[in-house]
Amino acid sequence: MAELLRPFEFEFFRNGVIVATFAGALCGFVGVYVVLKGMSYIGHGLSHAIFGGYAASALLGVNFVLGAGAWGVVSALMINGVTRRRVIGADAAIGVITTASFALGLVLFSVFGRRGRSFDAALFGSILGVAPADVWAIVAVTVAVVSVILLAYRPLLFATFDPEVAEASGVNVARYDALLMLVLAAAILATMQVLGVTLIAATIVLPATIARMLTSSFSRMLILATAIGAAIGLVGMNLSYHLDLQSGPTIVLVGAGAFAAVFAVTGTRGRARAAALTAPVRAVR
Amino acid sequence: MTSQSGAPLIRLDGVSCAYAGRAAIEGVDLEIRAGQFSGVVGPSGSGKTTLLRAFLGTVPTISGTVRRAPQLRVGYVPQVETVNWTFPVTVAECVLMARRSGRIAPWRSRKERDEVQDMLGRLGIGDLGDRHIRELSGGQQQRVFIARALLGRPQLLLMDEPTSGVDVRTRHEILHLLDELHDGGLAIVLTTHDLNGMAAHLPHLVCMNRRIIAEGAPRAVLTADVLEATYGARMEVLEHAGMPVVLDRYDAAANVVMIRSRGA
Repeated sequence: MAELLRPFEFEFFRNGVIVATFAGALCGFVGVYVVLKGMSYIGHGLSHAIFGGYAASALLGVNFVLGAGAWGVVSALMINGVTRRRVIGADAAIGVITTASFALGLVLFSVFGRRGRSFDAALFGSILGVAPADVWAIVAVTVAVVSVILLAYRPLLFATFDPEVAEASGVNVARYDALLMLVLAAAILATMQVLGVTLIAATIVLPATIARMLTSSFSRMLILATAIGAAIGLVGMNLSYHLDLQSGPTIVLVGAGAFAAVFAVTGTRGRARAAALTAPVRAVR
Repeated sequence: MTSQSGAPLIRLDGVSCAYAGRAAIEGVDLEIRAGQFSGVVGPSGSGKTTLLRAFLGTVPTISGTVRRAPQLRVGYVPQVETVNWTFPVTVAECVLMARRSGRIAPWRSRKERDEVQDMLGRLGIGDLGDRHIRELSGGQQQRVFIARALLGRPQLLLMDEPTSGVDVRTRHEILHLLDELHDGGLAIVLTTHDLNGMAAHLPHLVCMNRRIIAEGAPRAVLTADVLEATYGARMEVLEHAGMPVVLDRYDAAANVVMIRSRGA
């Protein structure tokens, strides 16, 4: 027991654990909407897109939150616009926007060198990259995101489940879709340092998918996914220290292990629920 | 074109709507009045759902005008095929979505709980509030979405193919329920492929194929000529117990639907 608690003597580890736990909870919470709206690919793409802003802000000496944040907001709104208009295939458009942004980040780092924040930490996550300011940032973003979503809970649920009827009932679905994209961008921005852009998508998808296998109620799924995400972050961060592994991959592997365990335990019922996590049904004319 | 006598709720004048440049409905003139109970029939792709969307205002019009009564409350029951049955939502959660109370708190108030329970009880599914929507029978699923629409206290209920994919008994139950709601003063417009079921239950039918072909009482509308204009094929119309009965017979040798009419 003493051995397990020993790393908590170090401030960097305490900060890392707090950030990982909040990051897991935040991604789990937002992930419920992402998964139920069939937006998992968007989450994956957006995290890569934000990397471009991360690189640019590092090179220009601009505040990381402002630089990558502005980049993330623009990317999120572009993706939302492309997805809604369906002028070209959404998957293709998202792939172009996000991978181009990611590639730009890689090019900027390769041409101008790696300054400021850790390149590897941004890609794969690192406990060492967590500064005290990151702790406050993740706590603040988590509180803000949870507050915003709870304030918009009813119309957001309606727009997520049944956008057409929600629109007909007076819900501004476009506005709530944009809100969700902004919330997702904020969650990715706040968690990329500890989780890494290449792995964030897994922490968004896994807790929500596990929760879906355990319940058929939306409100319970939201609570469960948040708790599962926090637990995965907490356990993953502790394991990464004791096994001397990078935090991002370890957290994701803990999540994957939890998924496998719940998948096995819940049997056919849980599997049927997980299998049901597909894109929303296409409307008819 | 009108046929029933309540106050006008929605009026379409020369309304056309299109998806990706292709017209779904063209030059539609139609009025829905308070207390009206109408069925919209037509072949697949004839614009029935688009017509409902034009009533709702969720599809942009490319020409014409849509006029709605001030503060009109419209409930909408979508086609079951468009519902995401795998979404993790219980019956009570689903029904509560349509309640327009201005309440922000995510959890249900006692008043809301009672309201949902009363509505579910009224529709005969009072004991199913905690069940997932997919765990219900076809008729119960329809009732859930009717309950959701009714919780918004609509003056007009729009239903997209409420009797599709259900057995005869369930279809009768649904139509019986709609009769009761109509008797309570609710205006109802539904789309359907079930010509004979609607002829037996509904006082007013609209035949359409992108345009309005005819509207009126079933006996006046369900004629071989109107049906041919609507479906592009002749159908035989008989009369049974004072009601029109439409027969469709396929003549394989001629590779056309038989042309035969004995009048309505």
